[in-house]
Amino acid sequence: MSVILPLPRLRLPAELLPAGADNTVFSTEPNDLVLLELKLAAENAFILYTGAQQIHPRNAATVQQCCALLQPLLGQEIVELLPSYASVLILFNPLQHSHLSLLPLLQQVLLQSSPAKQALSSGKLVELPVWYSAQSGADLLSVAKAKNLTPDEVIQLHSSQNYQVYAIGFAPGFAYLGELPAELAMPRLSSPRPKVPAGAVAIADRQTAVYPAASPGGWHLLGLCPIRMFNPQQQPAMPVAVGDQVRFIPVSEREFQLLGGAL
Amino acid sequence: MTQPNHSACLKIISPGTLSLLQDAGRFGMTALGLTQGGPLDGHSFAWANALVGNPLHSTVIEHSIGGLIVQATAGCTVAVTGAVLPLRLNGKAVACWQAISLKAGDELELGYMTQGLRAYLAVSGGFAVALQFGSSATVMREGVGGLQQDGSKLAAGDQIPLAGQATLTALTTPSSQIQQFSLPPLASAAALARAEQKQSGASTVLSLRLLEGYQHHLFSTVERARFYLNPYQVSSHCDRMGYKLSGSAISCSSRALLSEGISLGAVQIPPDGQPIVLLNDRQTLGGYPKIGTVLSLDCWRLAQTPPGSLVQFSQLDSYQVHNTLALYRAGFSPAAKAAHPQHAATQEPL
Repeated sequence: MSVILPLPRLRLPAELLPAGADNTVFSTEPNDLVLLELKLAAENAFILYTGAQQIHPRNAATVQQCCALLQPLLGQEIVELLPSYASVLILFNPLQHSHLSLLPLLQQVLLQSSPAKQALSSGKLVELPVWYSAQSGADLLSVAKAKNLTPDEVIQLHSSQNYQVYAIGFAPGFAYLGELPAELAMPRLSSPRPKVPAGAVAIADRQTAVYPAASPGGWHLLGLCPIRMFNPQQQPAMPVAVGDQVRFIPVSEREFQLLGGAL
Repeated sequence: MTQPNHSACLKIISPGTLSLLQDAGRFGMTALGLTQGGPLDGHSFAWANALVGNPLHSTVIEHSIGGLIVQATAGCTVAVTGAVLPLRLNGKAVACWQAISLKAGDELELGYMTQGLRAYLAVSGGFAVALQFGSSATVMREGVGGLQQDGSKLAAGDQIPLAGQATLTALTTPSSQIQQFSLPPLASAAALARAEQKQSGASTVLSLRLLEGYQHHLFSTVERARFYLNPYQVSSHCDRMGYKLSGSAISCSSRALLSEGISLGAVQIPPDGQPIVLLNDRQTLGGYPKIGTVLSLDCWRLAQTPPGSLVQFSQLDSYQVHNTLALYRAGFSPAAKAAHPQHAATQEPL
C-alpha cells in the first residue's frame, strides 16, 4: 500500500521575515493542498506542523514524507528529527547554524518533493501476540461492561484490524498506536494505577499501546504481550518504528508462556 | 588519542547525595523514545573537561548537593567545577576550577555546596565507560547509560576505569567571572551582605531569557504580560526532568494538544497554570501548551538554583538569541582555541 500526498505549501515563521512579508511559500506545482507550517521551537530547533492537529493517517503520511525529505540532512545540518502525530521537531547544531541560516535550506528541501518521491510505503507489518484474559488484563471485564459487549467481542474488536504506529515517546519503546475502533473508546482512568506491568496491552481514547516496562499508567488493561517492546541489549532495540503497522494476535496462556511471557 | 590504562580507576568511597556519569548527552535516539540526558550545567561541564585537556564532550561525574568522596588508584589529573563547595585533598583544602594532580591512594572530597547544586569532576583523558545508544549519559528513569549501562547512579565501591592521559594541553584557570557564570544569585543573608559590599544592586532574581515559540500564540497579551512581569518561585518539584515553578497562574486558550517533540528548556503550562521548565531528562513527547523555550545558558543557571529561589522570565527575539549565544561562545572559544587548535571548530553542544 502506498499513499500519494498532495504537494505542500509551507508557512514560515513570521519572526524571521521582514515586517509585512507574506510568509506562505508555495511549491511550483499546481495542486497544493497540505499546509506545512514551520515555527520556532528553541534556540536550536524548529517545529514543523503538518496541517490540522489531529490523529489522522494523512498527517502520519505527511510526517513520514517530511522526515524522509529531511533525513539526508541528519548528521549534517540537522542533529535530531523527532516525529509525532502531526509534527516533526527539527534540532540543529547552534554552533554551525541559526534559524535564519537554516531556513532557506529547509524551505528548499520541504518544497522539492516530486510526485514520485511522495509515493510512500506504509512501513512493515508487525504481529504482536497478546494473551487476553481477565487474569492478564485487569480491565477486560470492566471495559466489556462499560461498552455493553462481551469480553470476546472486545478481544475480537481489538485484534481484528491493523494499527498505525503514530509516535514513540513517553518512555523508551512506548509506541502510540491508532486508531482504536470507536466501539472501544474509553476515557483514561480517573486516577492512574501506581503500577502497570511490563507487556500490558492497554487502550485509552482512540489509541492502544503495549507498556514496554512496568510504570504508572492511566490506560485500561486488556492483556499481556510476551514480546519485549524495548530491549537495550538487542539490535534493533524495538520491534516497531514510526510508520509501521501493528496487528495483535490473540494467544492462549500456554502460548504466551512458550513465547517467553511471564505473569 | 589516549592510551588505555585499565588498571587505573577512580574509586567511589562515598557517592554523596547523587553522583551520575554524564557526557554531552544522547542525540539521535528519540525515535526509540530515549531522552537527551547530559549535564544540567553545560558551562561547568565543558570547563571541567577543558581544565584537564579533554575534548569538551568527555564523560565526567555530575555531582549534586555534596558528599562525594573519590580515591585515585593511580596518578591522574582532575578538576572540579560548578557549585561553590569545600574541596579537600587528603583532608587539606584545595581550590576548584583548576587542574589538581592526584597520586595513587589520594582521596578527594567534595563537601556540601554553599552556592549552586551541581558540581562536575573531570579526569584527564576521561573515563573509559562503554557507550549505550551512543552516549554514556546516565538516565535513571530510563535505566540507560552509566557505569553498568543500566541507568544506575554511582555507588560506594564503584571503580570507574580511566581512559588514559589526555594529549591536549590543559587550560589555565578561568577568570572568576567565568567561574561564576552559571551560579545562581546568592540567596543567604550573609552571602547577600558580602555581595552588596562587592557590588551594589546585586540582584537575587535569576533572569530566564526565553525565545517565544511553539504555542505562544495561544496565550493572550494579558497572560503573556502576567508571565513576564511576575517573578516565580522554584518549587520543591525540581529534578533532572524539569523545574516546576510557582507564582501567578497563566491560562491558555487550549488545554491539551496532540503530543509533540519537546526541546531543552521548553516552558510548558499545564492546566494549573504553573510553568514547568523542561530540562535534560524530560519526556521526549508531551501535550501541554508551551509558550517558548528558555535559553540553554539560563537552563544551566536554573539547574544550579535551589527550591525557594526567585526567577523571572524575559523575552528575546531570535536575533538576540543568536547574538547572545555567539557572545557566550566567543568568551569560551579563544582560550579553547589557543589550547586546542585542532578543536577550534568544536562540535560539542555547549
